[in-house]
Amino acid sequence: MKVLVPVKRVIDYNVKVRVKADQSGVDLANVKMSMNPFDEIGVEEAVRLKEKGKASEVIAVSIGPAQASETIRTALAMGADRGILVKTEGDVEPLAVAKILKAICDAENPGLVITGKQAIDDDSNQTGQMLAALLDWPQATFAHKLELGDGKAGVEREIDGGLQTIEVKLPAVLTTDLRLNEPRYASLPNIMKAKKKPIDEKSPADYGVDTTPRLKVLKVSEPPKRQAGTKVKTMSEFLGKLKEAGVL
Amino acid sequence: MAALVIAEHDNKTLKDATAKTVAAAVQLGAPVHILVAGQGCGAVVDAAAKLAGVEKVLVADDALYARPIAETMAALILSLADRYDTILAPATTSGKNYLPRVAAKLDVPQISEILKVVSADTFERPIYAGNAIQTVQAAAGKKVITVRTTAFKAAASTGSAAIENVAAASDPGTAKFVGETLSKSERPELTSAKIVISGGRGLQSGENFKMLEKVADKLHAAVGASRAAVDAGFVPNDYQVGQTGKVVAPDLYIAVGISGAIQHLAGMKDSKVIAAINKDEEAPIFQIADVGLVADLFKAVPEMEEELSKLGY
Repeated sequence: MKVLVPVKRVIDYNVKVRVKADQSGVDLANVKMSMNPFDEIGVEEAVRLKEKGKASEVIAVSIGPAQASETIRTALAMGADRGILVKTEGDVEPLAVAKILKAICDAENPGLVITGKQAIDDDSNQTGQMLAALLDWPQATFAHKLELGDGKAGVEREIDGGLQTIEVKLPAVLTTDLRLNEPRYASLPNIMKAKKKPIDEKSPADYGVDTTPRLKVLKVSEPPKRQAGTKVKTMSEFLGKLKEAGVL
Repeated sequence: MAALVIAEHDNKTLKDATAKTVAAAVQLGAPVHILVAGQGCGAVVDAAAKLAGVEKVLVADDALYARPIAETMAALILSLADRYDTILAPATTSGKNYLPRVAAKLDVPQISEILKVVSADTFERPIYAGNAIQTVQAAAGKKVITVRTTAFKAAASTGSAAIENVAAASDPGTAKFVGETLSKSERPELTSAKIVISGGRGLQSGENFKMLEKVADKLHAAVGASRAAVDAGFVPNDYQVGQTGKVVAPDLYIAVGISGAIQHLAGMKDSKVIAAINKDEEAPIFQIADVGLVADLFKAVPEMEEELSKLGY
């Protein structure tokens, strides 16, 4: 069974983003970029499946600028076998990403696609679900634990009230939540090996997908800022301030 | 054409998230209908029919929706989609689960977690963990929207809507519900509580969360946690407040032993008043806290419980 792992190049989660003065977006110039942390969890899960003999091949796909090949290299260094880079310019909305991924699934026939539950840049939380819908496959979002069975998967999911277990027939789309696993650090020998693994370069046109955004971003602005308040010395002052504020 | 809001409920109670989503839907200026999909959900239907601004409640009462999953919910919503030009759901783990499926099938983008309705086709939504706010305009055609419920005030229960039964949609049969482990608590729900007290890595163990629970019980507060505390196994995942956990905006948020990572702040920075207790004077949480106490939480929290008792809580 092949496992497909979409990986997105995003601003590193430790970087504090800055909104551009002209409100056209956030400043990405000279900012550290990394693999979306949820996608890293997806790569780790796929590689573990391969190590357990449950997956035959792990394919990392990235849709983004030329530099997204670095993101694919990271996945290859973690243990993915090969990559597909679909080169795009500008923002690509989740629906267009899902359409490209669908076309790749049609060509590659994976038994499982593991995406991150959301990308930490646009926080959309849509791609995996949209891909499942377009393929008419079942989905197991916000996965906390995966048990792969014969032609099916048992998945424990993180939901608002606690945990939920569902069973999906394969092929299926899984989206990762934080506690599915702890991604490994790639070792130096594996980073070296990853340089030799193949990456196919494609364009959205190869898959017949139009990536023109359907939503118009009118502006990107700073959220209202909070000011630091007062520091107090004792608990009674602390509670006094809260009483003063009318919230106790 | 009307807007359809998908109700969130457990067959017994209509969740507050629904009333807040209705409030957002009303701002679109079109008639609002609610879809209640469940089994034996009469009480939920009654509650939904009372929400101000709702014209009609559609009810799909069927065994298929006793424990709805994304596949069955999406199929049902799609069977009704022709009648609506906007479909909204709360941005809860269930709304986030089924609604993108609906959008993809309708071949329209989803607008996730709106914070504000600017006009009938223009919305504000958070990106980068709420560190930037995007204003987006939808193209003509159907709109599919999830609503960040903390950004809207719940619709009042002063209405009386008509009720219409609708047929169940066919089950794609590719997924099934197996079971659930839900946290049981007498305390209010995290996302709707007026006061939330959250603990972080500083609590050092799950056992120590009992200190917070005692305070929470005095204040009728909900108990939350930072990702660090959940990852460390102190408390279950449903306690997590943050970019990828729950977003809360109570009147008072008390952060105890939480340093204030960006992704945690994303989940609580819209609280009316933020109070923080941390022994590290430099902790980033103090940069956004209205009231800060630099203290050892193991002394401060029991003291807080005591002082609250004195104040008659």
